[in-house]
Amino acid sequence: MKRRHFLGLLGAAGVTLGSGATAKAASLGDVKGLPNAGGVLFDASRCIGCRKCEAACNQVNDLPKPAKAFDDLTVLDVKRRTDAKSYTIVNKYVPDAGKPPVFRKIQCNHCMEPACASACFVAAFKKSETGAVVYDPDVCVGCRYCMVACPFNIPAYEYDKAFTPRVMKCTMCQPRLLEGKLPGCVEACPKEALIFGKRRELLNIAWDRIGGNPGRYVEHVYGEREMGGTSWLTIAPKPSFAAIGMDETLGTTSAPELTSGALAAVPAVAGIWPVLLTGLYAISKRKEKIAESEKQAAVAAAIAKASADAEAKLSEELGKAEVANKRRIEVEVKKALEAAAKAGEEGEDA
Amino acid sequence: MSTETQKGTLFTPWNIVAGIILAAGVVVTIMRFTMGLGAVTNLSDNNPWGIWIGFDLLCGVALAAGGYTTSAACYIFGFKRFHGAVRPAILTAFLGYALVVFALNYDVGRPWRLVYPIFYQQGTTSILFEVGLCVFIYLTVLFLEYLPAALEWKRGFDKYRDILVKLTMGLTILGVILSTLHQSSLGALYLIAPSKLHPLWYTPYLPVMFFMSSMFAGMSMVIFEGTLSHKHFHHKMDDEYNLGYEDLQMAFSKAAAWIMAGYLAMKVLGLAMDNRWQFLGTGYGVWWLTEVVGFVALPCYAYAVAYRDRNLKLARFTALWTVLGIVLNRFNISLVAFNWQLPSVDRYFPSAGEIIISLFVVTIGVIAFRFIVTRMPIFYVHPAYKDSSH
Repeated sequence: MKRRHFLGLLGAAGVTLGSGATAKAASLGDVKGLPNAGGVLFDASRCIGCRKCEAACNQVNDLPKPAKAFDDLTVLDVKRRTDAKSYTIVNKYVPDAGKPPVFRKIQCNHCMEPACASACFVAAFKKSETGAVVYDPDVCVGCRYCMVACPFNIPAYEYDKAFTPRVMKCTMCQPRLLEGKLPGCVEACPKEALIFGKRRELLNIAWDRIGGNPGRYVEHVYGEREMGGTSWLTIAPKPSFAAIGMDETLGTTSAPELTSGALAAVPAVAGIWPVLLTGLYAISKRKEKIAESEKQAAVAAAIAKASADAEAKLSEELGKAEVANKRRIEVEVKKALEAAAKAGEEGEDA
Repeated sequence: MSTETQKGTLFTPWNIVAGIILAAGVVVTIMRFTMGLGAVTNLSDNNPWGIWIGFDLLCGVALAAGGYTTSAACYIFGFKRFHGAVRPAILTAFLGYALVVFALNYDVGRPWRLVYPIFYQQGTTSILFEVGLCVFIYLTVLFLEYLPAALEWKRGFDKYRDILVKLTMGLTILGVILSTLHQSSLGALYLIAPSKLHPLWYTPYLPVMFFMSSMFAGMSMVIFEGTLSHKHFHHKMDDEYNLGYEDLQMAFSKAAAWIMAGYLAMKVLGLAMDNRWQFLGTGYGVWWLTEVVGFVALPCYAYAVAYRDRNLKLARFTALWTVLGIVLNRFNISLVAFNWQLPSVDRYFPSAGEIIISLFVVTIGVIAFRFIVTRMPIFYVHPAYKDSSH
């Protein structure tokens, strides 16, 4: 078999296995098995950009004090992202010039099938029963593949720590949830732009608001299906989610599904290659053997032919030599006879 | 690189440059491990992977593929005349992988936990887990494949050396399996981020493309390394090596031309399948065409011409060209086309510290290679093992 044939086969095997297999995120279990998982609904049309959620988050998570105080709203003039010192931030957008700005809160969206959990080679991320995606710094190696994988650019890294750097991201206040409290940001929001609840109930509320205020909201709940769905849901005023910096092109395929095909190819490769390669080795070995025996046969034939030729030549030469000898003998005999005859004649004469 | 005249001056140009790089590398190393990644790199929350992944890992692994391609050609496919080239290729691969792992210690936040995914807690859904496991096992395989040379050098370990030589076939097959898996997985790493990698580079074929390109990367590296070695270590080479040497360069030129043609077809197929032709008209399209035409199609043609005309000079030039093309491809996927939608102020460019460490790692590789080939039977068969060479 040629290499190209093999690659074709490999591709076919990968596709077949990939379409049938479902690789799920580590210890995620079946997402449908988390019907009571909590979540948060963020209504961007209610957010006033007061940054009280940022302050509360900073406080309940014992994060370092920021350079500018939380009541300093000039911070909103530049676009920020989450970093190692802030699990959540609020950005200001002006979708329509002249109209009031729209604010968007950014934090971990707590995916139903988290890209970070799927990507982590040491299973440091887990989707918990509460709905929170939590991180275990005690096993983290710091490869930062979670940051590459996250479609929302959420996890941040403590690049400045030499010995104990951690990935930093919102935990949905998991410790507080387990104590029966609300997430810090939700509790602090003065406008009820954030509400905590069971995800499926939040979805109903979101759609009720969209349906109950015709023309006000984009007719879409961000996070209902994005990347397989997220526990944190967002609804936004018109014109679009893109206008407040949210990626509308993510699609509904969850992160684990994106890599399950490639992972499914592993058993195919590990299963087919050894058999195939040993076979190829056997074939090349056999070819060598055949070539060798053919060579030997050819050599033997050549030798046989050569010796036959030589023999024929020898016998020919011998034959020739015999004829020549005969001739010579004949000539000698003739000569002797002639000499004898001559002598006889001479004798008669005498 | 001077030849090994022990009494010669230490201050050859190569030694001076190498010395400066090593000194700078040591300084940056100390900074990295006492002050953290932030002190020496330009890595950020948006750009968690820089050239220590894009170059040291992705290029390092691809360019070390000569080990499995050469040993497979010789032992599995029965090209016995390439036997002399196997040891140099295995050595290059072993050093390549060893340095990849060495460099990873700089990149990950807590390097002392690098063994966690293998021995402590396995994240089996991660493509990176597959990469880590395969690289770990393959490094062991390469070490075992290299070991006979070291044992022949030190003598007195014939029993172990003979056992290892008997394992050659098994190790070669294992090497091909592991290489198939992790070479392709390095491409599969990016499958999880369709929203971050430019559509011209993002395709479901990424794993197959990485694997295919590793084959011609490895072959080109064997040609390139062989050419350099001939310049500097010619006195170490025996007749077997020299007899097969030009033959191998020609054969690998031909093989590389074929594989590159297939790779090219796959690149076009990737565009066609997702109907992404419209991106060719953009700036990124021009860059994609530069990579695909300038560093795959043209060298593919050049390799074919070199083979047809038995033009060794062209083959050697094309090998370097192809190697640069591989580096360009890996850079494009990991850095240039990654995060393409971010505003330019949020994009990544390597810091001096990152570049110094990458140079440092390559320099260590060259020094180790030179140390080994001037002492151990790499380019020649050890006289004591003439009859039992594998």
